[in-house]
Amino acid sequence: MAADLFAGIDVGSTTTKAAIIDRDGRLLAEAVDKSGYDFAGAADRVFAAALAAGNLERQRVGKVVSTGYGRRNVAFADESRTEIFCHATGAYFHFPEALTIIDIGGQDNKIIRVNAQGERETFAMNRKCAAGTGAFIEEIAYRLGLELGELNAMAEKSEHEVSIGSFCTVFSCTEILGLLRRGAKPEDIVKGVFRSVVKRVIEMDTIAGKVVLTGGVVAYNPIIATMMAEMLDGQEVVIAPHPQVVGAFGAALTASRL
Amino acid sequence: MAESKIKRLQTTKLMKKVMADHFYELDAAMKAGSPKIAWCTSVGPAELLRAMGFLVYFPENHAAILGATRLATEYIPVANAIGYSPEICSYLTADIGAYLKGFTPLSKAYEGIESIPKPDVLVYNTNQCRDVKDWFEWYAKRWNVPCLGIESYVNVGEVTETHVAGIAGQMKKLAEDLTAVTGNRLDMDKLAEVVDMSRKCSDLWRDVLEMAANKPTPLTFFDGTIHMGPAVVMRGTQVAIDYYETLLDELRQWVKDGVAAVEGEKYRVYWEGMPIWGKLRENAELFLRLKTAVVASTYCNSWIFSALDGKDPWNSMARAYTELFIVRDDDYKEEYFLKMKEIFDFDGIIFHDARTCPNNSNCRYGLPQRFQEKTGVPFVTIDGDLNDLRCYSEEQAITKIEAFIEQLGERK
Repeated sequence: MAADLFAGIDVGSTTTKAAIIDRDGRLLAEAVDKSGYDFAGAADRVFAAALAAGNLERQRVGKVVSTGYGRRNVAFADESRTEIFCHATGAYFHFPEALTIIDIGGQDNKIIRVNAQGERETFAMNRKCAAGTGAFIEEIAYRLGLELGELNAMAEKSEHEVSIGSFCTVFSCTEILGLLRRGAKPEDIVKGVFRSVVKRVIEMDTIAGKVVLTGGVVAYNPIIATMMAEMLDGQEVVIAPHPQVVGAFGAALTASRL
Repeated sequence: MAESKIKRLQTTKLMKKVMADHFYELDAAMKAGSPKIAWCTSVGPAELLRAMGFLVYFPENHAAILGATRLATEYIPVANAIGYSPEICSYLTADIGAYLKGFTPLSKAYEGIESIPKPDVLVYNTNQCRDVKDWFEWYAKRWNVPCLGIESYVNVGEVTETHVAGIAGQMKKLAEDLTAVTGNRLDMDKLAEVVDMSRKCSDLWRDVLEMAANKPTPLTFFDGTIHMGPAVVMRGTQVAIDYYETLLDELRQWVKDGVAAVEGEKYRVYWEGMPIWGKLRENAELFLRLKTAVVASTYCNSWIFSALDGKDPWNSMARAYTELFIVRDDDYKEEYFLKMKEIFDFDGIIFHDARTCPNNSNCRYGLPQRFQEKTGVPFVTIDGDLNDLRCYSEEQAITKIEAFIEQLGERK
């Protein structure tokens, strides 16, 4: 059987993602799993899971490109690219115009600007700090005893959002303790946490053109897109299709062009 | 671990000897009580000190050795604990921390040396930062020796006669104060001679660095951080001149033979900011793998003092130590990058935002963005530090550098 499909594996700091596409860039299957301590094992698992999800045979997959922090741990990849490259490639495929791509990941954020031709102009990553990343949200959820999956719905209910001013995750937790003592409602705190994420992200770099959000955090918390649009004064903010696997999708597109 | 592909110049062996001689000479002077020893900041008035008969020791060189041997991060917390913040110069904190623990890497490298050389006087110039003064004052109090210095200007646009006169006046006063330490008056003929030798060293060092204008370059920023040693600690001596003549000969031969520091050189970038001393080898190898030559840096250029002139030692020293990049305003810095781009023809700039060294982190006031807008030269900023590896995320830095080189590839 001739290989007619391509795969991308994105081994991120928190989760590992796989995307399988055809020659036209159609996403046929995807899978996500925790990265854990064994990046090579996680890559094997998500690739197998994506094949199973799409009911696809391994032989049909020709080239594979890996990306993410664990990109060099994917033994079956033909080549690797950085996640900056792959997120830009994946997002530009969906929106072929001048873009600012904002990826909110588990442990880092990226802001990538591409021109109308899809060439990267600049990129920035968060400094070595978890503020504004998924890790920040996870820590706050843990402190409040909330499930990650319920945060978006809670924030939607907020009527009196509170302000969380600290840069530091630990200081934010202390600030939240003070807010709780003064009777703040959990939903208002959660919305304040999302506001803090958006603030930390948009202060990282200049944001121009259409904004495309990617990553697991916006996949589960789309309220971030709404809040970001409000804060960017009406600039268009969209969530990429299959936001959590945009990096893997970009890697698969790259594989199809090798 | 795979064998390193870093190419080493033969002259590196000579440098090891030159540096060993430097430290042994200081050690012998300390033990004998003569000649007197002056500590000096790296871009301080070394010529004056040598002309007055001092042997000169540079604590920044010592702190960089602590960084390069990856011991700095162990000693920085010792200084933090006595009140020196982790946010201030990690040369200062590493050096003081090591001293408090009775450690010097010199003992490991040079048999028989048990400690850093105790000074008879400490002499600073705040042209680079205020931290050097705080650093020297700590030792001065501890040993009850004089701490003298020059208070420099900051954010200088054009260097004017007023600047020069102000600094030259301080230098003359400094000479008088040093007379009290040595008991000898300054011999102006000797000063002229030392200034001329320092200028010669500076010119040779500039010629060495400009060999990187060749394509492919025979040396990189990482080689520069090693070979700059004599320009820092021995400028004003014949030893430094001889050293750079030898190095220059070897580099010219490499160029003639087509030897590339980076095999298959594909991209050329400029490094702006301090080295990450504890990661020099890793970073050198990363760029080798990416077929990218880091062809030049502001940092290595910092020991080029083209204004020095023995015919007018006071004014020329004042000008040379004021017209340094670190003393200048951002307009000057933008022009400087443009000049470097013309010489070295690089594709992009890597800005190192060193957590504890704001004066050498030129990415904090919008300069990279302004420069890119004006010239189209792309940049990336990596977060790190000169000595404190707690401030450095290696994985993130690798990703940023790789992504930057990918970006350069999209443009070629």
